[in-house]
Amino acid sequence: MGRYLGRKVLIYALTLFIAVTVNWLIPRFMPGDPIGQMVGRQRPTNPEAAARLHAYYTDLFGLEQPLWRQYLNYWRELLSGNLGISTWSFPKPVSEVILGALPYTLALLLPAILLSWYVGNKLGAMAARRKALDNTVLPVSYVLTATPYMWLAMLMIWFFAIQLGWFPTSRGYSGNLVPNWSFRFINDLAGHWFLPFLSLFLVALGGWAIGMRNLVIYELEADYANYLSALGAPSRLIRKYAFRNAVLPQITGLALQLGVIIGGNVLVEVVFGYPGLGLRILDAITARDWFLLQGILLFIVIGVLVCNFIVDIVYVWVDPRTRTGLQGASV
Amino acid sequence: MRKRMRYLAPLLAMTLVAAAGCSEDRGGGGGDGSDGEFPRNETLYTTGTEWADYSNYNPIAGGGQATGVLGLLYESLFVFNTQTAELEPWLAESGEWVDDTTYEIRLRDGVTWTDGEAFNADDVVFTLDLRNIPEVPYSTMAEWVDTVEAVDDLTVRVTFSDPRRAEWENWLFEQQIAAEHLWAPKAQGAIMDERGDDVRVGTGPYVYHSNTTERIVWERNDDWWGTEALGLEMKPRYIVDFKNQSNEVVIGQLQQAEIDLSNNFLPGEVIGGDIQAYNSEPPYMIPANTAYLIPNTTRPPLDDADFRRAMAFAINVTDIVDTAYAGLVSAADPTGLLPLWVDLGLVDQQVVSEHGFTYDQGEAESILESAGYVDTDDDGFRETPDGEPIELTLQVPAGWTDWNIAAEIIAENLQAVGINVTTDFPEAAVVDEIRTSGDFDLILNNWTELSNTPWTTYNYLFRLPVQDQQPSQNFQRYENEEAWELTQQLGHLSVGDPETDAELRDLLSQLQEISFTEMPAIPLWYNGLWAQWNTTYWTNWPTAPDGPPPTMWNNYKEKRAILMLSQIEPVEG
Repeated sequence: MGRYLGRKVLIYALTLFIAVTVNWLIPRFMPGDPIGQMVGRQRPTNPEAAARLHAYYTDLFGLEQPLWRQYLNYWRELLSGNLGISTWSFPKPVSEVILGALPYTLALLLPAILLSWYVGNKLGAMAARRKALDNTVLPVSYVLTATPYMWLAMLMIWFFAIQLGWFPTSRGYSGNLVPNWSFRFINDLAGHWFLPFLSLFLVALGGWAIGMRNLVIYELEADYANYLSALGAPSRLIRKYAFRNAVLPQITGLALQLGVIIGGNVLVEVVFGYPGLGLRILDAITARDWFLLQGILLFIVIGVLVCNFIVDIVYVWVDPRTRTGLQGASV
Repeated sequence: MRKRMRYLAPLLAMTLVAAAGCSEDRGGGGGDGSDGEFPRNETLYTTGTEWADYSNYNPIAGGGQATGVLGLLYESLFVFNTQTAELEPWLAESGEWVDDTTYEIRLRDGVTWTDGEAFNADDVVFTLDLRNIPEVPYSTMAEWVDTVEAVDDLTVRVTFSDPRRAEWENWLFEQQIAAEHLWAPKAQGAIMDERGDDVRVGTGPYVYHSNTTERIVWERNDDWWGTEALGLEMKPRYIVDFKNQSNEVVIGQLQQAEIDLSNNFLPGEVIGGDIQAYNSEPPYMIPANTAYLIPNTTRPPLDDADFRRAMAFAINVTDIVDTAYAGLVSAADPTGLLPLWVDLGLVDQQVVSEHGFTYDQGEAESILESAGYVDTDDDGFRETPDGEPIELTLQVPAGWTDWNIAAEIIAENLQAVGINVTTDFPEAAVVDEIRTSGDFDLILNNWTELSNTPWTTYNYLFRLPVQDQQPSQNFQRYENEEAWELTQQLGHLSVGDPETDAELRDLLSQLQEISFTEMPAIPLWYNGLWAQWNTTYWTNWPTAPDGPPPTMWNNYKEKRAILMLSQIEPVEG
């Protein structure tokens, strides 16, 4: 077990190092100059003043130093927990920008992914054993997964928000409210949350259901299922075993989904004007805010790694085969 | 494991119930004044100014402040009247040149900062002294302002080593005054990196209430000095300004009166019914600046003044105004000067009739012919006099729909006279970069904001020296020593000073002639001061001809947009 975890940790550390380096590189390969954008927004009437400002900010962000030096500074700051200052939202620290948006993204994506995973798997498993259900769930699932997200979301806005007027069209909560713990405000928050949540839930649901259905059917036709059946085991028991085996790949899939969660879903947040990390990514790219972009990418990388790590551990627990493998390896 | 998952289903149901409950609640309508909600009839909802996070509260930073920091919180000494081109006293009671190189500012008595400290000459001296910090946006003032001293509590005397009156008057209304007792400690360090959110203390009509990443809320300062001194009463008790969102979202919110005032570009079709604009008929918008076609004068054939002049004749601006803007804006004066200067008679009509231009494709073609631009290889496009093919690209940011349509029309017009121009719509950040570095053929730009002097326009056109990076002026990289000399002289004169009026007009005539014969950039149309409002909750909005600019834009409160807030009236009932 110890050696297994040790090897995993080493691999994760190496991955993290490479990913962080790539994070640092990506913005620097984009055309555009963050300092120029900043100075441009201030629009000084005087070129000498503009030149001074440019020089000042270049120095402030350490961009006048050679690239290798900037890279080392980046690591040094990172290790001391400093993500830098945002040029887009100057002079706000990047960490503050991210933390301000993170709750919205988590509140939106976490329930959407978990619930769609749970409901999708249940539906898929049920569809695998009931013909009638299979004939409805499968086509609907295919339609849902194949629907372009943007289109579905806009359709929902048009129907539920504009035609029926049941839900608001954008923002995290209504502009006329002050955040507090009143029923009214929480309701409002939930109303703004619901449509983006539902759209994500529906789109993800189909994929999980199809996956689960196919996996369960495959498992039900496996030798062990036939053998159990021949022994006269109740079909309920066989289905339970099939489900347990089929859920393993789905757990890996869930981990990957949960990992990218941190980055938010850019599309959903753009369409619904929902103030999470996805909108921030877009802002950061438009304003060429290298530091903010780096910061968000870092969150994504860490998210993916942590979730994978958790799955590695969970696997040991849910899949007995991994356990035996470990014992064999550690002898 | 399965047991635990069972709890998820009721959870989902609960969420649904909560969401449904909310939808019912929304039908009830707001305005009950209960806790946690801004009373609708006392709250003004605006958008169209903020692109970032409402994170900057520093009055010294040149730009990028949260909406309202300039004007609602911090105030300037004077405000500029965009209809008369005169400075009107604000924090200052008066100001005058006591001799050629000395200016004296007399401050109002009884103005206080919202923390109770008195506003006095020390605050003005402190703000002016910040010019000695190189990265402060007005630091170049150090080269021409000599000394600044407080004569007494309410009098500031400024002496000049080089009295650049136009630039000085510009500072008087564009720079807000910071409280010395709060900002002096910050000036010891890096003042430009200060967020200033720990010292949100101003003299203005509003105080900071709260902000999130999506909005900022200002609450009326009922002790504001202006109520007594100027007789102004700000009507909205709260101002809620939202971060910019997409056009579709804003149009919906404006139509449902969730937003009262939008200061972003919205298509002209939105106007009608409850939604109104400054003018009741086209052009609906106040001209805010001039949009120019910028030719890169370092690249042939754009380095040839005849070629640039021919382009000016070839472009059908009326078509752009009608097609891209549906009458929101109007065609620019051929001099490019804003209507204020045209109305004040500062355009030399004789120069215009002699050297000016109008839309005339025949004239464009004959200029090209006589300059030697002919189609030698019969491909339908003209070649240079040396027989080189001409291929030009007009680059405009993607997604700026009005400018994209305008660019297509310009390209079409130029192709019609045999100039091969194609359009390209890269990302805005890319356009920013090529504009600054000079790596383009043709672009559009409109950074000639209305100010207290036409010097702004000529500084934009003729500023020298041309550097590797041109961040804010002379993007066309046009070099003309004479024009720059005249521009500098213009910077020393203030508009409306009877003693120097003749000199001012003479300089302007010369500059207008140069800009016609050399055509460093081609003036096209007046970009609008975008403003569309809904009259459901607020009426009596400022309108033509005398109303102040109806906008929340930064740097417009001191152009009297602040008066909008005292003019509007809540709808009764």
